[in-house]
Amino acid sequence: VLQVIKYESVIHEFDPYFNYRVTQFLSKNGIYDFWNWFDDRTWYPLGRVIGGTVYPGLTLTAGTIWKVVNSLNIPLSVETVCVFTAPIFSAFASWAAYLLTKEVKGPGAGLTAAALLAMVPSYISRSVAGSYDNEAVAIFALVFTFYLYIKTLNTGSLFYATLNALAYFYMVCSWGGYTFIINLIPMHVLLCIVTGRYSSRLYIAYAPLVVLGTLLASLVPVVGFNAVLTSEHFASFLVFIIIHVVALAYYIKGILSPKMFKVAVTLVVSAGLAVCCAVIAILIAVVASSPTKGWSGRSLTLLDPTYASKYIPIIASVSEHQPPTWPSYFMDINVLAFLVPAGIIACFMPLTDSSSFVILYIVTSVYFSGVMVRLMLVLAPAACILSGIALSEAFNVLTRSIKFQLPGIAGNPSIASEENGSSTVVAPNDIPKTEEAAKEKPAKKNRKKEKENVEKKPTPSKTEKRLLVLPLEASVIAVLLLVLLGAFYVVHCVWAAAEAYSAPSIVLTSHSNDGGLHVFDDFREAYSWLSHNTDVDDKVASWWDYGYQTTAMANRTVLVDNNTWNNTHIATVGTAMSSPEKQAWEIFHSLDVKYVLVVFGGVVGYPSDDINKFLWMVRIGGGVFPHIKEPDYLRDGQYRIDAQATPTMLNCLMYKLSYFRFVETDGKGFDRVRRTEIGKKHFKLTHFEEVFTTHHWMVRIYKLKPQRNRIRGKTKKSKSSRSVSSKRDVRGKRNPWH
Amino acid sequence: FPPVSFLSLHHLCLLLPSLPTDATAVRVLLSGDFKVSQAETRPGNDASDQLGAAAMEASLRAHRPAALLIFAFLSLLSVSSSAAQEIQILNAERRIDLSSQVAIVFLTLKVENTGKAAASDVLLAFPPTEAEHLAEVKAQAASGKKRKKTYAHLIVEPTDVPDAPNGAKGFRLALHNPLSPGETTTIEVLYMLTHSMEPFPAEISQSDPQLVYYRDSAYILSPYRIKQQTTFIKTPSTNVQSFSRVEPTNRAGMELKYGPYEDLPAYSYSPVLVHFENNNPFAVVEELVREVEISHWGNLQITEHYTLAHGGAKLKGVFSRVDYQSRPSASGVSSFKNLLARLPPRVHSVYYRDEIGNISSSRLRTDSRKSELEIEPRYPLFGGWKSTFIIGYGLPLEDFLFESTDGKRYLNFTFGCPLSGTVVDKLTLKVVLPEGSKDPSAVIPFPVEEHMETKYSYLDVVGRPVLVLEKKNVVPEHNIPFQVYYTFNPIFMLAEPLMLVSTVFFLFASCVAYLHIDISIRKG
Repeated sequence: VLQVIKYESVIHEFDPYFNYRVTQFLSKNGIYDFWNWFDDRTWYPLGRVIGGTVYPGLTLTAGTIWKVVNSLNIPLSVETVCVFTAPIFSAFASWAAYLLTKEVKGPGAGLTAAALLAMVPSYISRSVAGSYDNEAVAIFALVFTFYLYIKTLNTGSLFYATLNALAYFYMVCSWGGYTFIINLIPMHVLLCIVTGRYSSRLYIAYAPLVVLGTLLASLVPVVGFNAVLTSEHFASFLVFIIIHVVALAYYIKGILSPKMFKVAVTLVVSAGLAVCCAVIAILIAVVASSPTKGWSGRSLTLLDPTYASKYIPIIASVSEHQPPTWPSYFMDINVLAFLVPAGIIACFMPLTDSSSFVILYIVTSVYFSGVMVRLMLVLAPAACILSGIALSEAFNVLTRSIKFQLPGIAGNPSIASEENGSSTVVAPNDIPKTEEAAKEKPAKKNRKKEKENVEKKPTPSKTEKRLLVLPLEASVIAVLLLVLLGAFYVVHCVWAAAEAYSAPSIVLTSHSNDGGLHVFDDFREAYSWLSHNTDVDDKVASWWDYGYQTTAMANRTVLVDNNTWNNTHIATVGTAMSSPEKQAWEIFHSLDVKYVLVVFGGVVGYPSDDINKFLWMVRIGGGVFPHIKEPDYLRDGQYRIDAQATPTMLNCLMYKLSYFRFVETDGKGFDRVRRTEIGKKHFKLTHFEEVFTTHHWMVRIYKLKPQRNRIRGKTKKSKSSRSVSSKRDVRGKRNPWH
Repeated sequence: FPPVSFLSLHHLCLLLPSLPTDATAVRVLLSGDFKVSQAETRPGNDASDQLGAAAMEASLRAHRPAALLIFAFLSLLSVSSSAAQEIQILNAERRIDLSSQVAIVFLTLKVENTGKAAASDVLLAFPPTEAEHLAEVKAQAASGKKRKKTYAHLIVEPTDVPDAPNGAKGFRLALHNPLSPGETTTIEVLYMLTHSMEPFPAEISQSDPQLVYYRDSAYILSPYRIKQQTTFIKTPSTNVQSFSRVEPTNRAGMELKYGPYEDLPAYSYSPVLVHFENNNPFAVVEELVREVEISHWGNLQITEHYTLAHGGAKLKGVFSRVDYQSRPSASGVSSFKNLLARLPPRVHSVYYRDEIGNISSSRLRTDSRKSELEIEPRYPLFGGWKSTFIIGYGLPLEDFLFESTDGKRYLNFTFGCPLSGTVVDKLTLKVVLPEGSKDPSAVIPFPVEEHMETKYSYLDVVGRPVLVLEKKNVVPEHNIPFQVYYTFNPIFMLAEPLMLVSTVFFLFASCVAYLHIDISIRKG
């Protein structure tokens, strides 16, 4: 919520603006119109069916909150509700984490985990006020689904199983990441079966989830028949079959005598194998017939990290889809990275169904987060849960050893224990004491060793068993160290929340020399200008990053937006941006575009501007229109815009629109982002005209000049096109739209 | 073809005598001799109308030169006075100040009663185009000699002048002391015209200055005979492109002088056109909705929704930030980028935003007497550009809410738009009274439209009564206090807290009940 206090109550980032717009529509027109909403403001001239292509969980949630609040005569605006949905749900997520950990390891670990999750920077990045993104509610749904699954597993109650299916449904509504659940739970079930932990509770936990969950999931328009058709879901069905086979086997085992059972097994196994082989063969044939083997691009990227960069540059171009770096791990989960291995060990000590699930969860999420930085979000709750377990176990051991020794020294155990371990909630029992203590000690030792390498397997002997009573001094010091560790974590989290994740990308601030705060509000300046001073039906072309914002804030039709479903269309815009002026004009004109919006950071040093994204435009454009070649824009493999740059680069539309009359600001044309002088300084635009540039030059809007009169155009065209075309033919470039 | 109006018709007559004009409009002008006793001679009057019209049309068809036409006008312009009394104006001086976007006209009339009976009121006349844009008319009667002048405010109300030519609108000034025959008095009139300057050329580029037309009459339009009159027009700069001449006319620096003209009959009219440079910001608030919400817990919350536009010459073609930033004096001279809002003192929690979030470019200065909020729209406004924004602030209630002697409460608040130098085309003021208040009534020193609404806000059950006041053409001179009286029983103040308390209480009570109820039949 710091963001609201420091800046204002506004939605930031790019994507949430779409959700905000959808919510606005929902609250205005009601749910039925929402399902049928065809949005003509985006993907011009194609349009987009919003109701069928969006995960409606978040918008429905916010819409419902808004309705309820307004029916109570509390006039909150839709925007306010949207801004605060994420923080509210992060509170719920914290609660869900408590429940989940409580199911696994008891309330003490639960409380610690919840406290950790409440602060973990990775999750804060998605749940700050104003980050109105799917993930905000999805993480709650994810953790809650897992909780209900574990709960069902522990109790065997069909009631919880049904709730579980409902939670899964909510998750499906909210986020594409639901496939994580539908793969993780079958994996766990399989693990349980293989390790001989099959029970009727497992069956109850799993079977209703698959049946009900799949049925409910296919109710969500965006998933629909994908719930049974795509490969992401096959694992669950396979395991569904297996669990039935196993259940049947156990059942038969129960009613038959051992001898008969053996006969039956051989019969069934041989017959079953044959059937299975046939079914699998058919399945493989069907799956193999589709080029992507039935997997969606993003899932493939997860399984094969090199896939995206090879085939789909558009997925690779999103910074969220890049693999993370080690500092980002430290940044996002901080000390949790060291506590997690300890937590894993703690989970192994009495390996129950639930703790094995948690282990599976952490292992898979570590892998996924390693592939895509965005999935760090999935890792965060897992890391919190395990760290919570580790911390609480550690405290448990230490305080107990203090307590155990204190009666001899001070004779006042209860006060001491309460003073030292404030977070120790678990009431110590006598029987598990030795066991837990024994497993905790190496865990703690390991943790310190593991600081060098998180992934290293714990080597010290876990089996050493003795009546563990740590020396008093050591345990007091260890408790203090742990508290200190926690304090560091808190400090780091607060810092991260305040500085790193609360700065809205839509408003930039800088500190001037005298300590004053300078605000760059150029984006909204431009959007506001667009919305008030252009015609309602004008089409605005920009790179897709700004699509959602333009539709939401400026209410203008855009060609492409952040929902990158049509690669060709994006490639067209990329091609236009990287073509010379005339071809670009033709492409834009054929698409009915009236304004072109470019983001330019050269004046104030805003690094994520269009010139820096330009190579992606070239790559994506070149992926579809082969006459755009990346090497044409690179000089000796280097991307540069100074005097050494290639003529193709200096003549492309993006360069021209960005640097038009830029040299007149300081006389040299020094680009503060690239830290060079620009290559081509004085040039004129023939097919575009500048209509608006924001205060800090960050957004520049150009208007396409109208077509020339036919008679003049003909004579000129015949003259100019001959000269131009002869040149163009040499280079072998053609406009894809001709 | 623009709608034929009083002014433009004559203008057109002057410029293009061959254009087919509305015959009836001309007829009215030509009609009637001076001081024809009206009612009895109506048929004859009509007959002369026909005659005059025929003559006029003939002259139009004959493509007479413009000068002749004017001559014809002058000789024939007259009207039958509607007032029973006979009044003439001995001396009239008009000063028109065109230095902002509002034309401020200061009229000094020396009125003499030449009739037999005492005159209790004096009429003013305005051409219909001016009447449309008339924002405010104030009048006062001066009495006494130079140094010891005392002014008495006169009540101005619109009235119908039955025989006014061409739909001229009349305003009646009620004199405090009826003017006995032969007596003279001095009346000072101040009126303001919005949208009276028309940018020409209508589209300019970024580096051009903004030139505007101002149209008026060289003669003061009046239902009375004027013995002697002079008109001064003050332009904002010395750059006057052209101006019509109605001799004697002369120009000195920033001032144009028409007159003195001697002994003109009633409803004399001679269109003049001044084309001059006016780079003042034409900040027009097309629509302003002010919402004043009274909370008896001690706060007055004001929310103002603005739709701001630049009413001047439209920007043609490109807007170049280079030119705008590097040569501020030479480019975009008619644009404006900041506005000043004068707010009451002790203002708190001011915000300035639009529908996509906070606008960071504003500064608030407060002292004990006033608060000034300087705001910048997101972008500088050029001609034809628009912007919308919201300003909101809170004020301590004790400064504005009082209890009158009869036990009613009343709110005393400023009516107009707090932005200085702007014209508001349509102002809607909503006074949201606390829930449970009754009989709201407004006391406003000028005519407005009123109706009631109901608004539901936090924890309302029956809704809050809202008094909606609407007025068009609001200028800064309308920033004067008005009062809204209503009755309110303080017990209603407790309704909402009690509601909350009871809700929470019942919630807990039901929780307690739920936890203690055991509906199982048999104790396990």
